[in-house]
Amino acid sequence: MSTHPVVKWIDERLPVFTFLNHELRDYPTPRNLNYWWNFGSIAGIVLVVLIGTGVMLAMQYTPHVNYAFDSVERIMRDVNYGWLLRYLHSNGVSMFFIAVYIHLFRGLYFGSYKSPREILWAMGVIILLLMMATAFMGYVLPWGQMSFWGATVITNLFSAIPLVGEEIVNWLWGGYSIGNPTLTRFYALHYLFPFLIFAVVFLHLVALHTVKSNNPLGIDATGPQDTIPFHPYYTAKDFFGFGVFFLVYLGFVFYAPDFFGEPDNYIPANPLATPPHIVPEWYFLPFYAILRAVPDIEVFGFVLITAKLAGVILMFGSILILFFLPWLDFSKVRSSRFRPIFKQFFWIFFADCLLLGWVGANPPEGFFVILGRIGTAFYFAYFIVIIPLIAYFEKPRPLPESISAEVLGGKEGGKS
Amino acid sequence: MRVTPTLVSGLIAGLFLLSSVTPSPAAAAEMPEIEKRDWSFDGIFGSFDRTAQQRGYQVYNELCSGCHGLRLLTYRNLAALGYDEDDIKAFAAEYEVTDGPDEEGEMYQREALPSDHFVSPFANTNAARAANNGALPPDLSLIVKARKNGADYIYALLTGYGDTPDGRELPDGMYYNAAFPGHQIAMPQPLDDDAVEYADGTPATVNQMASDLTTFLAWTASPEMEARKLLGLKVMLFLLVFTAMLAAIKRKVWSRLH
Repeated sequence: MSTHPVVKWIDERLPVFTFLNHELRDYPTPRNLNYWWNFGSIAGIVLVVLIGTGVMLAMQYTPHVNYAFDSVERIMRDVNYGWLLRYLHSNGVSMFFIAVYIHLFRGLYFGSYKSPREILWAMGVIILLLMMATAFMGYVLPWGQMSFWGATVITNLFSAIPLVGEEIVNWLWGGYSIGNPTLTRFYALHYLFPFLIFAVVFLHLVALHTVKSNNPLGIDATGPQDTIPFHPYYTAKDFFGFGVFFLVYLGFVFYAPDFFGEPDNYIPANPLATPPHIVPEWYFLPFYAILRAVPDIEVFGFVLITAKLAGVILMFGSILILFFLPWLDFSKVRSSRFRPIFKQFFWIFFADCLLLGWVGANPPEGFFVILGRIGTAFYFAYFIVIIPLIAYFEKPRPLPESISAEVLGGKEGGKS
Repeated sequence: MRVTPTLVSGLIAGLFLLSSVTPSPAAAAEMPEIEKRDWSFDGIFGSFDRTAQQRGYQVYNELCSGCHGLRLLTYRNLAALGYDEDDIKAFAAEYEVTDGPDEEGEMYQREALPSDHFVSPFANTNAARAANNGALPPDLSLIVKARKNGADYIYALLTGYGDTPDGRELPDGMYYNAAFPGHQIAMPQPLDDDAVEYADGTPATVNQMASDLTTFLAWTASPEMEARKLLGLKVMLFLLVFTAMLAAIKRKVWSRLH
């Protein structure tokens, strides 16, 4: 740490420099993190880009049903570099979800949710839920056809709640249909939620720095020979990751900016014309498939639970179940590297998520209905049945003695 | 309960097989296959062919603008096609806009200025429907971005008119189009050979006009495209070099550990 008198003077009164030094420089990090560990910091930098471009877009956007669509087009056409801001923002969301999904699957594969990282994991799930809400409301703002009809489908889900469903939907809309009050409140909340995400990310990092990073071996660091300081090793590695990531991200922004979008959203919202296929953005497709997977649940001819309510319960359940994962998987071994059976089912589960995404992109007819049901059944069976059974029956391979013993293979430790 | 890796790879292979299953014939009829064409504005270095854009604007002006608006454009935007200020003033002056109120509080009509938005052919959607047998001619500003397959679809639609196949009945006021979803479109064939006389002497075939008009409409949908690709090139080249440097730094820093 700098010994400059001004730095010292401030630090004695508000220890920001000690804090930064401790958390970003000395922070002892396992020496064996692979490139899958880059996606946490990548998600962090995209969040910053999204907030930055979002604040600037907000200066030009008009949240009114009569002007929203045209104000977005004005940003695209007349605002200096407005097209860049908007494409950075709209593609940034897709990149955010890609980074977070990879981050999440990395956590699943290497058992990063296990003790003592349960709360760290739970904070991550809360971030995911907040991201989904934010992305959904943001997609409504350009007030195109998919904005309007996507909002109609999703808000109508709440009407499935017994007894008070209709009232809740009207309360959400601020009226008897989606309209200007809906748009303005979504805009207000779309501006608010990213800061909530930011706050939870902070808690996520506090928890991380308390329990320390997991690593590909899934064993705890036993001493200084197993760790390296965050700076310069992981700062250098993270910045290289940013470089590669931005090449991909900006490749889309400059050369295929509408790749992730739906053409229908370039048609202004029209409450009188329903698009032939209402599909959500790609990152919601697996959940959309789960929502539409279940039929009415009948007991002796009475509809006990409507398909809609069951679908809504399963859709929210598919994320909420992640909160319980640290206890469903009670195997003491974290990393899949030492869990031969868990590893195979992990990849089947990954394929199942892709399958559900594909089903979600197609109309719920014939073959896709069956596929959606199989995929949904497997999704839940994986967490509720398969993972506990594996934890009980699987015989894990022997764990290495320590990180340094495994990584350095008996060689002398580094000159750290 | 040992599961072999073949099971996993089999499952993944199965997924790929499933994904290659073609949609049902009914769905295929709804969504016709659109042929991919080469456009001047394709690719990393693509830019709009100026002469095609100008011809396309002429086609729009003479054949389309009677029913279809371009409300998101202003006349001054035409400078991007290579027209000078006087040309643009002249284009704008052909239209009248309502302005005001004046000092007496009255609204008045005046000639459109380069800063005005393109004047739409109908005052509102009801007027548009009333004049078009109940059908609503869409505004074309974003049409290329608002349709699947974009420019290829617009070209296919403009050139997709033909005789109704045997055994198919179309209602009155509907026309057969090979590219339109459902093949039944309310717009009569908009382009006929030599319907315009190109200022540059290019023969005005249907295919030529369709191609020019599509190029023009690709520009109206993405007027930022050339600036975007140019900036993108600079940014990507910089990032490539910068990322290579970051990779070198990473290797150097980590070499201390091994």
